[in-house]
This record gives sequence, structure tokens and C-alpha cells, in this order.
Amino acid sequence: MSTLLKPKPVMRVRGARAEGPSAWMVVPALAFFLVFAVLPLLGVVFLSFTNWNGLGAITWAGLESWRTALTDSVTLNALIVTLKIMVYSLLVQVPISLLLGVFTAGNQRYRAVLAVLYFVPLLLSSAAVAIAFKALLDPNFGMGPGLGLPILAQNWLGSADLVLFVVIFVIAWQFVPFHTLIYQGGVRQIPASFYEAAQIDGAGRIQQFFHITLPQLKYTIITSSTLMVLGSLAYFDLIFVLTAGGPGYATRLLPLHMYLTGFRANDMGAASALGVILVVIGLGLALVLQRLGGNSRSASQLEGA
Amino acid sequence: MKMRTTTSLISAASAITLALGLAACGSSGPADPAADSDSPTMWALTGSSENIFRSSVEDWNKANADDKINQEFFANDAYKTKVRTAVGAGEGPTFIYGWGGGVLKSYVDAGHVGDLDQFLADNPEVKERYIPSVLENGVIDGKTYALPNNNMQPVVLYYNKQVFEDMGVEPPETWDDLMALVPEFNDAGIAPFALAGQSKWPNLMWLSYLVDRIGGPEVFQAILDGEEDAWSDPAVIEALAKIQELVDAGGFINGFSSIAADAGADSALLYTDKAAMMLHGGWVYQNLKNDAPEFVESGEVGFVPFPEVEGGAGDPANVVGNPANMWSVSSTASEQQKESALNYLKDGLFSEEYTQAMIDSGAVPAVNGIEDQLAASEDKDFVEFVYGLAQDAPSFQLSWDQALSPAQGDAMLANLDQIFIGEITPEEFAENMNATLGK
Repeated sequence: MSTLLKPKPVMRVRGARAEGPSAWMVVPALAFFLVFAVLPLLGVVFLSFTNWNGLGAITWAGLESWRTALTDSVTLNALIVTLKIMVYSLLVQVPISLLLGVFTAGNQRYRAVLAVLYFVPLLLSSAAVAIAFKALLDPNFGMGPGLGLPILAQNWLGSADLVLFVVIFVIAWQFVPFHTLIYQGGVRQIPASFYEAAQIDGAGRIQQFFHITLPQLKYTIITSSTLMVLGSLAYFDLIFVLTAGGPGYATRLLPLHMYLTGFRANDMGAASALGVILVVIGLGLALVLQRLGGNSRSASQLEGA
Repeated sequence: MKMRTTTSLISAASAITLALGLAACGSSGPADPAADSDSPTMWALTGSSENIFRSSVEDWNKANADDKINQEFFANDAYKTKVRTAVGAGEGPTFIYGWGGGVLKSYVDAGHVGDLDQFLADNPEVKERYIPSVLENGVIDGKTYALPNNNMQPVVLYYNKQVFEDMGVEPPETWDDLMALVPEFNDAGIAPFALAGQSKWPNLMWLSYLVDRIGGPEVFQAILDGEEDAWSDPAVIEALAKIQELVDAGGFINGFSSIAADAGADSALLYTDKAAMMLHGGWVYQNLKNDAPEFVESGEVGFVPFPEVEGGAGDPANVVGNPANMWSVSSTASEQQKESALNYLKDGLFSEEYTQAMIDSGAVPAVNGIEDQLAASEDKDFVEFVYGLAQDAPSFQLSWDQALSPAQGDAMLANLDQIFIGEITPEEFAENMNATLGK
């Protein structure tokens, strides 16, 4: 092969530049995508029209699973819980990670040390985080009695009013570092000349933040929010281990409801219908969020830099 | 142009190689490794009986080179999901560990486990080994599909003797006694009952016992048979109302729905004198021996049957819990594997050492003729209590979440959770559950 390529190396580079890489290059990725994403998805769509308990024969059920999944009050509740977790997570995580990202983007050494500490939760697996918090939140042997602070010995995981906020807190604890990292990268990309110009114009720190940092982070905010929103459609491991959807149905969000329907109640038909609903919602949200960024994605934000 | 063709050819070739590689993975993955070898596979659970399962198979393999068993261990919750998926895909182990009830029935219906009738007819001594009411749990439609492999686990009322002595009170014999004890303990700053409500299934023990005491075992049998509106039976409604009365009276420790059973945080409340009583399965005694040996050795752990409900139709000698765990033999295993598995069930299971090791661990094996060994045990009080309880019980009801179909069991635990935290009324519970009948 090398003997073939050697004579005209220059031409090869030029050719590649003019026409782009061969379309064949996409084949491996496409094959993976087909085999591991599209085929299973089609399988799930098929299963959603059947009755199957995971063991016996698969029988045709028509729209029955869809009727069960769509009219069940537990599904409606799961949708509401998912929506709540999504909105509250955004409200909690965006400001915190934005501010932490701006803070850790500075060059001071103590900030670098703090940044490293902030990123520790990112190294832990969700299951480990959930098990640790479950132990910490135990009202009799957890952090309340341990630290001698009775106020921390609440019915954290057992009260339907409290548990949602506990879940949102633990999710934030785990994922804020990740989004902080994204914002940190975004802030470091903003040219220093913008701030210099603003300083000459007499803008204070707060004005600089709102008029330079924030607008410049537009796409970073969209990226990070997309990850948060789609992530909350996929939160499973953490909540499964922490609350298993309880008490009652208080934290049974859609992906967990799908899992429990499929693998606890062994109703694969209804679980598949829920899976399809999840995919549709996920794709719809991703599309909306991408649209928010505007169509002129190639337009530069760095004019005048 | 020629170069471009070459590169496209190369990438196409690599894509094809990749695809073939994937296909190869695909075909080698599902192939059952055990099907190639002739030795049977066994999936067992970690926890209270783990050491007994392990040493039994080790000894068996030493003595029976032709019938060697490959044993693997799994944690309870993970096992329940894994084994079902594996059995459904025809890749389950030769020995399937189970609880009887609805799950066993679904295996039988799908033809995944073989019946043991011929084996039991050929080897009557195997059948005679077991306590009949326990063996009954492996019977589906008149045929035996599973044999008990460990101890009887009735649910009993544990109490802290020291706490009771300090307060000068006696353990409850009736429901009224129990309700009368609640304010006394609360006034003394001790929680009357520990409960791991976060795990949901411990809640069920209260419902099963109360329904049995109030209405007798027929009430649950009607639910199991899927009779219309079976959950609306007055006994169920009354039992749920009694549970909510107990919750409202402060019967359970504060924040009980935040307590998880996995790490034994509920039993810890009992042996640290924070709670006076706990309704729990027979296996807790084995765990207490590990977690709080001084509590068990000093004789502080007390145990009584679940109290009687005045005017109830159920026999107060009835028991609920897990009669025992069981081995089923997979019908998709090879003939050689099945034969070795049956040999083990005949000669390895409940050998003398097996039974003795189980008794030494503080458990009561589900077999006959062990009175002498129980009397000689260092846990004499407890093992004899459990043995008597199980032997004299007119009915030994399997835990409802195992007896019912998985879909009903799941909905029941979630709805019962809402009863305990006061989110729904007994009538709403009955209505929600009636909708699941027959699922």
C-alpha cells in the first residue's frame, strides 16, 4: 500500500481536501448505530404491540399495551415527576455550575485547588453515591445523629414532600462538577480583549458578567442544558438505588417506571410502549433545545476580538 | 482516482471485517458455555446460608468427580432480575434458586423447569425428608417442581427483653395489648416498633399477618385465585385501617420510611435499645448472630408469635413468611447435567453435615426428625420456637409478593407503602389492587 501512495503524496492531500473524506469512512459508525441503536429501537416498537412476560411466547396484543401505558395513572404521575425533576434540576444546576465555572476559570492557584476538589463527585459511580447518601440520610444512624444535629435527622427518603428535593440535591451534587467543567472551558474561550475593552469603557465586574460572559456562553449554556434535560430523562441508577421510586410513587420517574414495569412486573409490552414514549420525548426536547440556539450556528461570536 | 478506490476498498474491507467480528461476538455470546461441559451449574444467593451452600458443593465435588457442580453466588435483588432474564433466554443455570409461588408458576407455564414427580417416586426417601407443608410450596397443579434447600423462615415478633424488663411490661398476646404498649414505650422515649419502610417489603409482613388473623387464610387465597373484588374483603380493609391506626398512634419509629433493610438498620434499632419490637423474618436471627453476637448470647433477644386479633376468624397459630427457598431443575439443561443435578438433590442436599451446619447457624432446616439436634443447639430457644411454630401451623402462607404474580406484587408493595405514609385510604388501596387482579 505504501508503495502505491508514495509517488504522489501531495495530490492525495489536495484531493481529500477538495472532495472531503470518502463516504465509506462513515460505514463503521453507521454499522454500530444500526446494530446497537436502530435495530433495538425497532424491536422495542414491535414489542410495544405485543404481550410478553419475558419468559413465554410473544403474542400479538394490538394497542392494548399502549392503552395500559397511556391511561395508567402511574404513567401520568411518572411524567409529572420526570418534568419536575427536569425543571428543578435545571433551575438548581445551571446557576450553580455557571457561577462555579466562571469562578474556577480564573488563573489563581487556590481556585485550581478548589476546582480539583469540586470535581471529586464526578469520579464516583452513581450507585456508590446513592448508597452513601442512603446511609447518610438514615434518621437514626445517619449524619443527623452522627453530627449531633437533630435538624438533619428528617424523614428524608420517607416523606413524599421531602424526597423529591433530596433526589434533586443528590443529582446536583453529582452532576454540577461536570457542568462546571463545561462552563469553565466556555469561559476560558472568551478573549481577554473583550474584558479589557469593557474595563476601558468603565464597566464593573457585574456588568462585565452580564454583558460579556453570559452572552458569550450562549452555546455553552445550550449544550449544558441539553445534557441536563436529556440526562433527567435517563436518570435511573441513582434514583433506583436511592429510593427505588418510593415512597409510594413519589420519585418513580419515567425511565424507572419503564424498568420496573419491564423487569419487576414483567410486562414487556407496556414497558416497551413507555420506552417509545421516552425516545419521542427525548428527541423532541433535543430538537427544541437545538432550535433555541438559532439557525445561524456558524455565525461567529468573536467578531471584533 | 486509483488511490481513492484503494482507500475506499480498504475502509470497506475493514468495515466488513468489523461487521464479521461483531457477528462473531454475537454468536459466541449467547452460546451457553455450560451446554458444552456436562457439569450442572448452580446459582445461589449470598447472605445467611451462603457458607452452607458453598461447603456442601465443595464437599460434593470432592466426593463425586463425575457429578461436579459449578457454583456461582449472587446478591438477592440482582439475582431475581438476572435469573429471570437468563431463564427466559434459555441460558439459566441447571439449579434454579427460588421462592416457589408466582415466579415458579411462570417458569412452569413457560416450560422452563422440569417436574420432579418421577424422581420423587423413584426416591421416596427424598420426599419423606421434608415437612409436608413446606414441600407443598414447590407444587404447581399437583406436580412437584421444586425442593426446599434451606431453612424455614416464618415471620415472628422479635423484642428486646432488656427494654421490656426495664419497663416492667410483657410482650403482646393480642392486638389490644400491642396498641396499649405503644403509648407506654413512646412516653419512655423508645420507639415501639422498628420498621424498614424504605425497602417496602417489610411493610407487607404487617398486612399479611393482620389479614390472616382477621379473616383467615381464605381471604388471601381468594386474591390469589383472582376472584373479582377480592381485595375489597372486609378483612383486608380492617387490616389496612389497623395499620394506619398503629402508624397514627406512633407505633413505628420516626422516619421509618427512610430506613432501608439492606444494611440491617432496622435490626440495629432493636439491639441498640432504640426500638422495643420488630416484626421480621426468621433470617434476622442469623443476621443478629453476626451483627450483634453479644445481644444474642446474653439472651436479650426475645421472640413471640404475631398477636391474636380479638374476634378474628383466623387461627392464631397460622404463620406467614417464607416456608423455605427451593431448588428447581432447568428443563433446558442437558441430560447429563440433569442427571448429576438429581444425584445431588438425592445425596448431597440435606446430608447430615448440611443439616447440622444449618442448625449451627441458628436456622431450622425444613426437614423432619431433627428434634434432637435442635435440642442440642446453642440457639435452642430460637430454633425450637421456629420448629414448633412451623410444625403446628395449620397454614404457612408464603410472602404475598412472592406468591402473587410479579405485576400484582409490584403494585401491592407500592400501594401498601402509600398506606403506611397515609397517602391513600384502605378503600383506595382495595380499588387500585382490584384493578390488578388476574394480571
